[in-house]
Amino acid sequence: MDAERMARLRLLVFVAALAPALWLAWALFADRLGANPFEALTRRSGEWTLRFLLLTLLMTPLRDWTGWRWPVRLRRMLGLYAFFYGTLHLFTWLWFDQFFDWPAIVEEIVKRPFITAGMGALLILLALAATSTRGMMRRLGRRWKPLHRMVYVAVLLAVLHHFWLVKADLLWPTIYAVIAGALLGHRLWRRVRRPGRLPAATALSRS
Amino acid sequence: MLIRRKPDLTEADVTDPAWYARRREFLQGTAALLLTAGGLRPARAGHGGRRLDFRPRPDLAVPDALTDYTDVTTYNNFYEFGTDKASPAELAGRLTTDPWSVTVDGEVARPGTYALEDLLKPHPLEERIYRLRCVERWSMVIPWIGFPLADLITRVEPTSRAKYVAFTTLYRPEEMPGQRRHVLDWPYVEGLRMDEAMHPLTLLAVGLYGEVLPNQNGAPLRLVVPWKYGFKSIKSIVRIHFSERQPMTTWHKAAPHEYGFYANVNPEVDHPRWSQKRERRIGEFRKRKTLPFNGYAEQVAHLYAGMDLRRFF
Ligand code: HEM
Repeated sequence: MDAERMARLRLLVFVAALAPALWLAWALFADRLGANPFEALTRRSGEWTLRFLLLTLLMTPLRDWTGWRWPVRLRRMLGLYAFFYGTLHLFTWLWFDQFFDWPAIVEEIVKRPFITAGMGALLILLALAATSTRGMMRRLGRRWKPLHRMVYVAVLLAVLHHFWLVKADLLWPTIYAVIAGALLGHRLWRRVRRPGRLPAATALSRS
Repeated sequence: MLIRRKPDLTEADVTDPAWYARRREFLQGTAALLLTAGGLRPARAGHGGRRLDFRPRPDLAVPDALTDYTDVTTYNNFYEFGTDKASPAELAGRLTTDPWSVTVDGEVARPGTYALEDLLKPHPLEERIYRLRCVERWSMVIPWIGFPLADLITRVEPTSRAKYVAFTTLYRPEEMPGQRRHVLDWPYVEGLRMDEAMHPLTLLAVGLYGEVLPNQNGAPLRLVVPWKYGFKSIKSIVRIHFSERQPMTTWHKAAPHEYGFYANVNPEVDHPRWSQKRERRIGEFRKRKTLPFNGYAEQVAHLYAGMDLRRFF
């Protein structure tokens, strides 16, 4: 894909990924979020965080399966969007649920395993977002890659967070867990099958 | 019907962000809002259901502002129609509520299966405005139409061995699509200790906002126990069973450490996943403090004298 088409694709994805946030903002003011709009905000933003996290993790397998290179070039933006929605998610909770009652917030984070897991996931995303620039990549050198593999831990924590917070219906947590499992499983399988080889080379040699 | 009530708006009501008030204004019209602010309740226009004849019970009406009819009827936990709160309003329309019958059995002198009309006939209806507090930390204020459960119980003459009453919701997966998945152990069962069931606040409801219950709110017959978390107030009842032993109830069975048999509203006892200290009243922005026994402590606390409410949560 040439530079110009890549730039256009990036812009398209950028706008598309922003759409859920814009829709949520509009829906809040247009009273389209139901009887408990603030709870709805927390839930919807949580769902989008998880979806973007999984989309981010989909890019490498997509490249491996298709040989296309553009998915990997969207990875950083999608990861940053996961962090963006995660921050929104946390913020709706801090404000509309806890009303910035800091002692209570600390207590909740320590006391409720589902919140602890969510917080862990988001802190990892924060570290990855902060080190996602070219400058940070250069500065971290060989340590950058192992650091960014922490995204696997983040997605596991996010799935756990989802399982732990539902009341009785495990359908959606299970669906997301299966997707996460497939995306992580792909990486494991790739390692086992072609130890030591560059994934890109694998993809090219297969196509 | 204009009923004058004492103004009860607190500081919290006034300090809601202005845009939030505007959102409601947009929905309800300025008039309703002004009347509420002035301590008056707007006349309750019809909402399309069959009107009921009833006697208002201002002595059993909490002074809080009523929750919007739309919110009361579109934000429902009724897992028989799906686990999200919008599903019941979307899917309950096809539930057949007529004919309907209720089986009364167990430790009772006059067991039998009663047609709903026969069951209701002797009982004059009254309107009571109760707070409803969900275990999920939201609450509403709902004008129910119904009659005391105690009156029905007296009529069917429980034996001296009857220590508990259990209620069962209809099981009809053809009309209740949520029952096609094993999210809970269908049919839904709830129960009360006999003294709780006989308490004058415990209501069998057949309507709200002056009309028959919308299906999503538990038509045609539901329980309302205002000092307990909402899941105790079982909907669409088809069986009332008297027993000597404490019945196994659905949410307790699903998660025994999260949902107790008693389920009295108690700000001091956390749900394992959240604190119960505060609640969001639907339609409000700031959270309110949750009151012991949902504000009905004066009337019901004596039922639990000497009980460890942390253990019997
Ligand atoms: C990467 C990080 C996170 C992800 C992927 C995530 C994802 C989710 C998802 C999918 C839901 C369920 C939404 C639904 O019910 O439809 C949710 C709900 C929730 N999350 Fe998170 N979350 C994250 C971080 C956090 C953090 C840091 C907090 C708070 C400190 C938090 C607090 C909550 C709360 C309070 C709910 C709502 C529970 C309820 O309404 O029952 N989450 N989250």
